[in-house]
Amino acid sequence: MTLVKEAPVRPAKKRSAAPAAGRRGRRRENLAGYLFMSPWIAGFLLLTAGPMIASLYYAFTSYNLFTPPKWVGLDNFTTMFQDPRWQKSVEVTLKYVVVATPLKLLLALGVALLLAQKRRGQALYRAAFYMPSLIGASVSVGFVWRALFSDDAVVDRTQKVFGVDVGGWIGNPDYVLYSLVALSIWQFGAPMVIFLAGLKQVPQELYEAAEMDGAGPLRRFWNITLPMISPVLFFNVLLESIHAFQVFGSAYVVSDTRCGPADATLVYTCYLYQKGFKEAQMGFASAMAWTLVVAVALVTAVLFWSQKKWVHYEEAAK
Amino acid sequence: MTSATSPVVRSASERRRAGSLAWHVGALLVLAVVLYPVVWVLGASFKPSKDIIASLDLLPAKPVWANFSGLADGISGISVGSFFTNSLLYAVLAVVGVVLSSSLTAYAFAKIRFAGRNLLFTLMIGTLLLPYHVLLIPQYVLFRNLGYIDTLVPLVAGKFLATEAFFVFLMVQFMRGLPRELDEAAKLDGCGHLRTYWSIVLPLSRPALITSAIFTFINAWNDFMGPLIYLNTPSKYTVSLGLMMFRDQEGISNYGSMIAMSLVALVPVIAFFMAFQRYLIDGMATSGLKG
Repeated sequence: MTLVKEAPVRPAKKRSAAPAAGRRGRRRENLAGYLFMSPWIAGFLLLTAGPMIASLYYAFTSYNLFTPPKWVGLDNFTTMFQDPRWQKSVEVTLKYVVVATPLKLLLALGVALLLAQKRRGQALYRAAFYMPSLIGASVSVGFVWRALFSDDAVVDRTQKVFGVDVGGWIGNPDYVLYSLVALSIWQFGAPMVIFLAGLKQVPQELYEAAEMDGAGPLRRFWNITLPMISPVLFFNVLLESIHAFQVFGSAYVVSDTRCGPADATLVYTCYLYQKGFKEAQMGFASAMAWTLVVAVALVTAVLFWSQKKWVHYEEAAK
Repeated sequence: MTSATSPVVRSASERRRAGSLAWHVGALLVLAVVLYPVVWVLGASFKPSKDIIASLDLLPAKPVWANFSGLADGISGISVGSFFTNSLLYAVLAVVGVVLSSSLTAYAFAKIRFAGRNLLFTLMIGTLLLPYHVLLIPQYVLFRNLGYIDTLVPLVAGKFLATEAFFVFLMVQFMRGLPRELDEAAKLDGCGHLRTYWSIVLPLSRPALITSAIFTFINAWNDFMGPLIYLNTPSKYTVSLGLMMFRDQEGISNYGSMIAMSLVALVPVIAFFMAFQRYLIDGMATSGLKG
């Protein structure tokens, strides 16, 4: 606001009297717009659009970084679809997405409903529940997870009390993926906060009216809360499933850099990393990356299409 | 809360008290599970190496300092401090880059009416949904050809070029909420866009800038795949890679130091979180609501 005092001392000749109006003004606005955006434009061309075109090209070549890419047509894709490890990575990733995403969102919604009630210490709880979302991505937590779920550690011993002995989740190909699922669910704080914000927007009058009409808590949840927060639910489903498709760090760290045992945690990006950066098969890895893009685009498209059926948007949205 | 005012007046306060108790029991149960791993790592860092997996106790029977003093030796001749310095440099550069480039871009989207704005905005939002992995290999090839492997350049270049669409989006949302009258008044007073950006919009956008800065710091500090791909020399490693070195070279025998360093590596993130949790949580909430 200090600025208002500092009136311009520039000669009036340099600018037209009404800069906003007229062709010159419009041209100047365009120029200003593009100048301000120039970092993004450079970044978009150099680091997004350019690389996208390059990787599309690499996907149809055999390229090991050291000799120039050699055009091989659809070879990468046909090899990929027949590759048992690729098939395994698709299977592992789908299992992870399908199990982790709904459980995480269910817990997030449950806790958000709990925190939506006005109680003492609510802000503190909210902060504590959110914290894992920030530290969960670190290698440190990956190590903690290894320690908690390995043979003879806390989880294993607790299970033995109930007569279940699987020899630790980390070393067991049937269980290790679920330790990653648990790590993902543990980070329910981010979607929880978004749910909470959505719950706050639901008009209280609706609940009061429903209560007058004799609607119980379950009915109120089903007929008021759920439709009212469906846009937020949609956003969370979209974001969390897209993230789940791209999980890498936790799989790499928790399963000891090999994404095993027996490829049990060979998530898609882990295989992509192995192919690209361990085996220098850049063409194959690019083909894998584009297949992932198509898969994510399909999921996004299906979700947006299904939106019409279950997402309720207020006509008079604010 | 109006909904708590039940039509049955007689036992209303009784019921409210019982409800409150149930609520706290429920919340505390979830809290115990959520905080367990954090308390566990704190306790484990004071346990002798052999007890870390084997002992069921959350806290050590007899706390030992050995795990932390062991950190002073460093690993393979590299001091632990070097990993922290590298991570700090990476995180600070990332913050400067994101705040500068994203706020400039956001200003253009929010405050300047230029041809093609809507199309570019759609493109920018589109990059939010694009899997990062499709850019991984060509970006690696690009930086390799430019000779930037084993430097911080590939890790921070994108931050200076506003490629983190989430933050641009966050700032656009915030700047759109600022009263129009302010920049209109500035314009009448003859301020150009640069002046308006620097002296009016930027100071008023402080909450959005802080949110972006803290998120960027934490993301860079936690980043694993970037350093894994681009850094080769152990003396240039960040904390994430330093932790992996512990695992590779000391194995289970020095579990204690590994857990101690894991804890130390979490300290900046947790400290930032405690100090700025309001901004972080609100930032997360707004991004979902207006998405």
